[in-house]
Amino acid sequence: MRRLDPKYLIVFLITLVLVVGEARYNILGGYDRLASALGTCLATEVLLSRLLRGRVANLSSAYITGISLALLIKPQANILWPFVLGGFLAIGSKYVLTYRGRHLWNPSNFAIALLLLAAADSVAVLSHQWGNDLRINLVIWAFGLAVASRARVLHVTLTYVVCFLLFAVLRNAIVGGPLLAELAPITGPMYQLFVFFMVTDPRTTVSARRGRIVVVAIVALVETVIRLAGDFQLALWRPLYPSPPLLALAIVGPIAMWWDLHRQAQSGAAPN
Amino acid sequence: MFPSFPSGWRRVVVTAAFAAAIVAVVALNRRAAGRVADGGEEPIRLREVTHESGIDFVHRPATLDPQLAHIAAHVAALGACVSVTDVNNDSWPDLYFTTSRFGVPNALYINQRDGTFRDEAAEAGVAALNRPGDGVSMGAVWGDYDNDGFEDLLVYKWGYPQLLHNLGNGRFHDATAGSGLRHWMNSNGAVWLDFDRDGLLDLYVTGYFRSDIDLWHLSTTRIMQHSWDFASNGGKNLLFKNVGNGRFEDVTDVMGVGSTRWTLAAAAADFNDDGWPDLYLANDYGPEELFLNHAGKRFALARAGLEDDSKSGMAVAVGDVFNRGRHDVFVTNISERGFLFQGNNLRINFLKELGRFDEIATGVVADAGWAWGAQFGDLNNDGLLDLVVTNGFISADTGRDYWYAMSKIAGAQGNIFEDAKNWPPIGSASLSGYERSRVLLNRGRTGFVDVAEEAGVVDLLDGRSVALADLFNRGTLDVVIANEKGRALLYRNAEHPGHWVAFKLIGTRSNRSAIGADVTVEFGGVRQRQVVDGGEGFCSQNDRRLHFGLGDQRLGRVTIRWPSGTEQVLNGLAADRLHVITEPR
Repeated sequence: MRRLDPKYLIVFLITLVLVVGEARYNILGGYDRLASALGTCLATEVLLSRLLRGRVANLSSAYITGISLALLIKPQANILWPFVLGGFLAIGSKYVLTYRGRHLWNPSNFAIALLLLAAADSVAVLSHQWGNDLRINLVIWAFGLAVASRARVLHVTLTYVVCFLLFAVLRNAIVGGPLLAELAPITGPMYQLFVFFMVTDPRTTVSARRGRIVVVAIVALVETVIRLAGDFQLALWRPLYPSPPLLALAIVGPIAMWWDLHRQAQSGAAPN
Repeated sequence: MFPSFPSGWRRVVVTAAFAAAIVAVVALNRRAAGRVADGGEEPIRLREVTHESGIDFVHRPATLDPQLAHIAAHVAALGACVSVTDVNNDSWPDLYFTTSRFGVPNALYINQRDGTFRDEAAEAGVAALNRPGDGVSMGAVWGDYDNDGFEDLLVYKWGYPQLLHNLGNGRFHDATAGSGLRHWMNSNGAVWLDFDRDGLLDLYVTGYFRSDIDLWHLSTTRIMQHSWDFASNGGKNLLFKNVGNGRFEDVTDVMGVGSTRWTLAAAAADFNDDGWPDLYLANDYGPEELFLNHAGKRFALARAGLEDDSKSGMAVAVGDVFNRGRHDVFVTNISERGFLFQGNNLRINFLKELGRFDEIATGVVADAGWAWGAQFGDLNNDGLLDLVVTNGFISADTGRDYWYAMSKIAGAQGNIFEDAKNWPPIGSASLSGYERSRVLLNRGRTGFVDVAEEAGVVDLLDGRSVALADLFNRGTLDVVIANEKGRALLYRNAEHPGHWVAFKLIGTRSNRSAIGADVTVEFGGVRQRQVVDGGEGFCSQNDRRLHFGLGDQRLGRVTIRWPSGTEQVLNGLAADRLHVITEPR
């Protein structure tokens, strides 16, 4: 029997997150947001792939990106342009910001990081409207881990989780206060989307298994540095600490990808 | 060896579009804050006259159980409140301020009719209400519950609420004992209303922390919300029916209004035009709630478009935003750059046509920082209701900010942050501090513009409560703000060229305060509707005299719908004066 492509499992998982979150908590804040983000991502993917590659690309990536943006972007008031422009920039980054034919950023990670840094008066990321409900999060984590296992990226997810926990203990030793406050972020919904849909993205992770483990550990380390900057109130870092993991990945991810692709080029290997 | 951009004209076009999109993000972001005044309309001019008016009130926060010491600045950041009434029936509005520390007195500023006020709370017996064992004040509402012609006082607390009967001789009698109101509550709001239209004012008291919690003697630190979005573990709101003779009965469960959603504010008005006062609740950590009154027999939670949004509702202001003859609603929420955009809600009432409210807040209306109290009022007498919004949560060390620390737990599992001991210590940090109040000028269909600075409102204190009243009987609304841990502010409004009319209503078949009476004034082809409030905004109450700006239009028909159901139509009334109207028997 033919094995199901893991990307369709990811499609299933993010659809599950969307349906559960919307049914239980109205997490979208309006279907116009979903329509704007998803519609823009799908349309951009169709247009750019046809225009630049002569064929319409598989739309599963655009689907995942569109839903991720709809879930993660929390704009000021009722504005829709972050979903439209965010969707265009996310998919556009796959075609514009490339090296040796490979895009460097996870599309939704790129768009959200850019919006957070360039449009902080208009955009925040998901930090509420999820209910803080343990049972629903456990369901998502269970499905997420199963899908990550099937997609052969479980080592990435688990490495990140272990590193986060270790660094949380370290941060607690440095800054004091309740340990649970340092552990708390990973129990939230933003981290579900992060560990299952961004940091594991096979198109923007390095080629070797050991390399992926090292890279995701560095992401967790950079996140810790950003978090410590938040704890010590380093003013210059303030734009980064509303969303440490997303911005850490946006910094580390493309550097690692470029380095990996560059190393392959030097060794004469074709990009994976 | 560096990342390559696509080549060829198609790729150039795509790359240019990509760059243009980034530019568009930056450009659109600059417009996010909304519009400020650009002239062209009758300006609002407010002058701060607090000290010269003889008002020197300073709020002091509560000191709570030492187990909350690490987040005391956060938990105890409430209680600075102001409400307006005419205590002595001299037709000059007086002011009552609450403070929240044991042994520190509340203040009753009696209007001296010469532009000044004098604190007579101690002589009146309404000062020393903050006592260990009884709790501390969190606000007050005025209403003549026994219809004797004098406005009585209900002080709600973190502790036992107190009912103070106005004896009419400048003194008050503590009527709590035997009233049926002595229930320990951690309350931040109350509203008088006559829900069954029997002519006696009933009372709705909101609960914030659970009522089994004594914030000075904690048996557990699991006292916080279990969700930032859909918390339902707050104190239970209670509805007390006035059964006469100074007694009230708890009818909460029978009437179906016992929300436990951390309610911070409530307002009562007939939102669906069926003749019965409904209840609109602003809930912290959850969606707003509208309880529609079914002929005084029960309330039912309405699906009115409110349940889609979960925010941090902190005030309910009722106003007819576009002069349609409807009660629209403004609810304050939190906006903080980069972290959280809940946005204030401006909900336009389409209950009759569509069965719901439409939320239309954008720009300066949506984002007023960490917004607290708010009130509608026509500050320049141009015939449109403007908005005053107070804001700022904790102004402390300018170099330290609690937002990042709070964000660690805000997205986490509820059972973590439900326990106060798991919260990061706030220390000396600020949390959305040093925000300036907003004065939003209503320009009708073209929206609101922020004119605070031009109007002269530039303070950066932590505003909680705002009330509007024509304090000096000049035909213009003045602004009073109570600030947390800070001095109260009185802004005297300039006189404006536009016409106006005001009404003082005296109920006969209805409650004597006429709380709940709807007045619709027609002018210039539009009609504006206002309601005599029994408490609205956040821990505040406006003067129950209703003030209508008319611009350059002539005053047309005036329709009063009294709480009893009596409808009274008045034609030919003169503009630019206060009319005292007694309900027909």
